[in-house]
Amino acid sequence: MGRNTVEIAHLTKKFGDFTAVDNISFNVRDGEIFGFLGANGAGKTTAMRILCGLSRPTSGEGTVAGYDINTGQEKIKRHIGYMCQKFSLYPDLTVRENIRLFGGIYGLRDKEIRRKTDVMLDMLGMQTERDRLAGALPLGWKQKLAFSIAMIHDPGIIFLDEPTGGVDPETRRTFWEMIYDAAEKGTTVFVTTHYMDEAEYCDRVSVMVDGRIAALDTPDSLKAEYGAENMDEVFRIIVGRRPGL
Amino acid sequence: MDMNAIEIEGISKSYGSVQALRDISLQVRCGEIFGLIGPDGAGKTTLFRIMTTLMLPDAGRGRVSGLDIVEDFALIRRTIGYMPGRFSLYQDLTVRENLEYFATLFGTTVRDNYENIKEIYSQIEPFGDRRAGKLSGGMKQKLALCCALVHRPSVLFLDEPTTGVDAVSRKDFWNMLARIKASGVTIFVSTPYMDEAALCDRLALIRDGVIIGAGTPREIVSGFPFRLLSVKGDRMYRLLKVLRDTDGVISCFSFGDSHHLTYDPAKTDREKILGILTEAGFGGCIVKEIEPGIEDCFMWLSKR
Repeated sequence: MGRNTVEIAHLTKKFGDFTAVDNISFNVRDGEIFGFLGANGAGKTTAMRILCGLSRPTSGEGTVAGYDINTGQEKIKRHIGYMCQKFSLYPDLTVRENIRLFGGIYGLRDKEIRRKTDVMLDMLGMQTERDRLAGALPLGWKQKLAFSIAMIHDPGIIFLDEPTGGVDPETRRTFWEMIYDAAEKGTTVFVTTHYMDEAEYCDRVSVMVDGRIAALDTPDSLKAEYGAENMDEVFRIIVGRRPGL
Repeated sequence: MDMNAIEIEGISKSYGSVQALRDISLQVRCGEIFGLIGPDGAGKTTLFRIMTTLMLPDAGRGRVSGLDIVEDFALIRRTIGYMPGRFSLYQDLTVRENLEYFATLFGTTVRDNYENIKEIYSQIEPFGDRRAGKLSGGMKQKLALCCALVHRPSVLFLDEPTTGVDAVSRKDFWNMLARIKASGVTIFVSTPYMDEAALCDRLALIRDGVIIGAGTPREIVSGFPFRLLSVKGDRMYRLLKVLRDTDGVISCFSFGDSHHLTYDPAKTDREKILGILTEAGFGGCIVKEIEPGIEDCFMWLSKR
């Protein structure tokens, strides 16, 4: 109740004299779907890498899933889920082998992996596909499988980096229904997307511009604040203000 | 004169047992922006490679600017511009070096064609000495476009120029395309973003290697066979589930801040649906009759 899965204060990341992330602070509440938006090059990926324990901040502090972003990176990695559209499954391993590999990486015992494999395949209706190569699956199934595998260790929060880029309209929507189901079961969802209709599906949305968080609120409040019809307009107003290219 | 810039007929292509394209035919008129719209894996890039003479079709014929895509491949390569999906410039050459290199390849110079690319190039010219690999995404895209335009092509092929690009930069890019079109260049462009369809003069929707619909955006939308309702309310995900279980509802999908619903008018209507929702505890829903968009059409055509 009312707890935060992510708490970030004054996070800054510099590369040489370039400041990629510039003193950002925000919280993500337990069980919410948090949309992390921004223009290309605004610093989203850099910030997300820090939240996932893959990079250390230059300064600032915070916790993800209860672990410190400066000192608890290995623990963070074990307690979060991560998926992106570009790479999530090994195409030349079978469905079962993929599940087993990721289960092993997250330190699950063999018995546990066997049990989870069965539950997962039943839930996805993929028992008959279990010995097929993951690369040969239709995109929609790949997406669902990748999402389930990213959750195999029951993380409190899952990071989704442009999970629906280039995906057909129906698969994109089915995927969001999986996100909703996960959130209803209490998983916190942190998601980036370039589809502004998907921004509407988030509980709250932040918009990054030039390394800073330029706006953060519910889609409805943002639309009201900027007098915009939809999130596409909100995004264009906020991001369009940036100077130069 | 009504010459077509691109004409292809019955193009098929397989990779082993995977059929990437099946019997694709389309015509692109001179001076128009033609969009090839479909998800990843639909066959868009394969079709680009065949039309740009980088790959031979298994079956079918095609002409670009009146030249045969098999017989006249060398001539076609001189008259078209091609921007592949992946950033394809030399990362360790500077902006200026890349542009000069491509101009030289086509037997021309940047100076001779400066007017042609000025509008776009002037935006990246201040970074002329920067290595291409060090450019931001938006600047890379502009440089690639300049390199594809430097020899004054008559047809410009752009394979997913806006994939992974943010919503604002996508708008900027389409504004640039409109200006290139105004200079008389035919543009053949692919995209997975359905909202870009409306910016094309004509388009083809492609899925699993098959063209499932073609025409002007208006023609495609007017072929949608259902009445469409938009439904807005609280607790949108629950609302979606209730709507799908409602008698007479054919399909229901989320579209940003509302759900789009097709229904059988013999079984239900707007008032009935509103009544059912109120009874189910979804008071205050807004249900409106709306026109379909390209994305609605794509989803319907995919299922046929």
